Amino acid sequence: MEALATGHLFALTGAVLVGLGLFGFITLRHALRQLLAVNVSGAGVFLMLGGLGRGAATTDPFPQALVITGIVVAVALTAFGAALTLRQAEEDHAAKEDDERGGKT
Amino acid sequence: MSPLDLLVVAPLVFMVLSLLAGGWQRSLLALAIATMAALSVWLMTLDPGTAHVVGGWELPLGVLLRADGLAQMLVPAVTLTAGLTGLYALHQFAPESHASNAQTAAFWPLYYLMWSAANAAFLTTDLFNLYVTLEMASIAAVAMAAMGSVRAALRYLLIALLGSIFYLLGVALILSRYGTVDVTLLAGMAEADFATALALALMTGGLLVKAALFPLHGWLPPAHAAAPAPASALLSGLVVKIGFVITVRLWFEGLAAAATPAGLHVLGGIGALAILFGSLQAIRQESLKALVAYSTVAQIGYLFLAFPLIAGAGHAWAGLSFHAVAHMIAKAAMFLAAGLMLKAAAGPRIADLAGLARAMPLTVTAFGLAAVSLMGLPPSGGFSAKFLLVDAALRQGQAIHAAVMLIGGLLAAVYLFRPLAVAFSGSETPAVPAKAPSMVAAPLALALAALLLGFAGGPLAELATGGAPATVAQEPPPSLENTVKTASEDAQ
Repeated sequence: MEALATGHLFALTGAVLVGLGLFGFITLRHALRQLLAVNVSGAGVFLMLGGLGRGAATTDPFPQALVITGIVVAVALTAFGAALTLRQAEEDHAAKEDDERGGKT
Repeated sequence: MSPLDLLVVAPLVFMVLSLLAGGWQRSLLALAIATMAALSVWLMTLDPGTAHVVGGWELPLGVLLRADGLAQMLVPAVTLTAGLTGLYALHQFAPESHASNAQTAAFWPLYYLMWSAANAAFLTTDLFNLYVTLEMASIAAVAMAAMGSVRAALRYLLIALLGSIFYLLGVALILSRYGTVDVTLLAGMAEADFATALALALMTGGLLVKAALFPLHGWLPPAHAAAPAPASALLSGLVVKIGFVITVRLWFEGLAAAATPAGLHVLGGIGALAILFGSLQAIRQESLKALVAYSTVAQIGYLFLAFPLIAGAGHAWAGLSFHAVAHMIAKAAMFLAAGLMLKAAAGPRIADLAGLARAMPLTVTAFGLAAVSLMGLPPSGGFSAKFLLVDAALRQGQAIHAAVMLIGGLLAAVYLFRPLAVAFSGSETPAVPAKAPSMVAAPLALALAALLLGFAGGPLAELATGGAPATVAQEPPPSLENTVKTASEDAQ
């Protein structure tokens, strides 16, 4: 029972995180929140992958290598998504100001 | 060194060089096209199934690159499509052009990144490496879409990220179950148990988002329609094929053991719905680029409609490979031609195209020839593809599949004739700004290539079946001439 608990802790926590992220992605509307929700799901998947390499005495480096690569990719895409969100916010802001100016004249 | 390595690495080198090139983009592109064309020819001469482990790391740790028939067809098609699209883009994103400087500086690195991602996706058999290539393609594709509409690009990015998570979840399951993520190793180990089936379902779900299969296509029309013409050509031609090819590798090779006939029929059924839905939406569009974008949604349907036909009689595998290539080339031609037509037209709507056939005959010809291939009229590459698929469906008694494909062809004729009819209408010849010769030549050359593909049917079908996975029906290599002959004999 104890072996089951420690062995499956990573996978179960990971599954919960994936579910939370998915729930967030569906229920939240703002792009930045959706981006964070995807990251929560991503963390869940990385936790599962990382837990796979865990052995009784030794640690299998292969899943860990995959996790490190995956985190690098996820960070790059998150930064890119944040930049896009910022650009979108700036465009919306500019459009709003144009509207207000147009309304006055 | 092997061409398999170089096909992935060379575009990355060009990506870095393009950041430093400044005013030398033209020379750099010429060098890139020459290099990639030579490597593609080298690739086609390799024996099907030739494999190469990157950096000498043996499986199961290493990453395997492999030249099977599908890759040997798609990679040269990418070279043709990307190369000619690059020549067109040279004028839109030239250092001396008056387009916004930020876009000019950003386009070329993204262009080479996408080229590398497409080649890597078609050559790799490592599921985790495929995740990385999917993300490379996503970054390049989303950034290109953002040149047209930031809103559409952001929507595209978020849905693509969600797709990646599902895919990666499936990869994690496969790794925990089998201890490897290489498709060629999995082909010998995979069993039809619950974990494998779940992993296959998760990965397929993620990939269908990337391939924009109905009903997960919502992000595609706004992103593809808003992007600049060369970007649209690459998005519709290359990027959606990446998700599709990985799906094929999973269902027919790596996890074929868990790919039940029921699952294949579900994918085929969704493909049929995609053909009908995409075509009907295309008919309803008022804007030319939205019409072409919805046509992509419909044409992706054919690729998945072929799934339940692969294992049966006929040459569905060759038809599937053929369709992927023919659509890639014809759709790139159509987006480039549409870009030129819209620059000359008064507005983005189809009604604004009136009289353009007289003002820019070569460009409208390119649009028309690309339309011939997309509709599947002989003698185009699109015809060969649809003929092989319909023939396979009829031989297996799948009358509904055959009927959907034929109806899809008719609907394509309906939506593609409309812009052509408007372009030929009226009696005035609108004044059109002069275009650089290579900008007119690129879509025309692509459209002619899509047409000529039909004449090379036999050898190409043979190439496609070389190194095909064991689940594909192994019949004598299909030759289109023989197939046509037997079909006409059958009819008599």
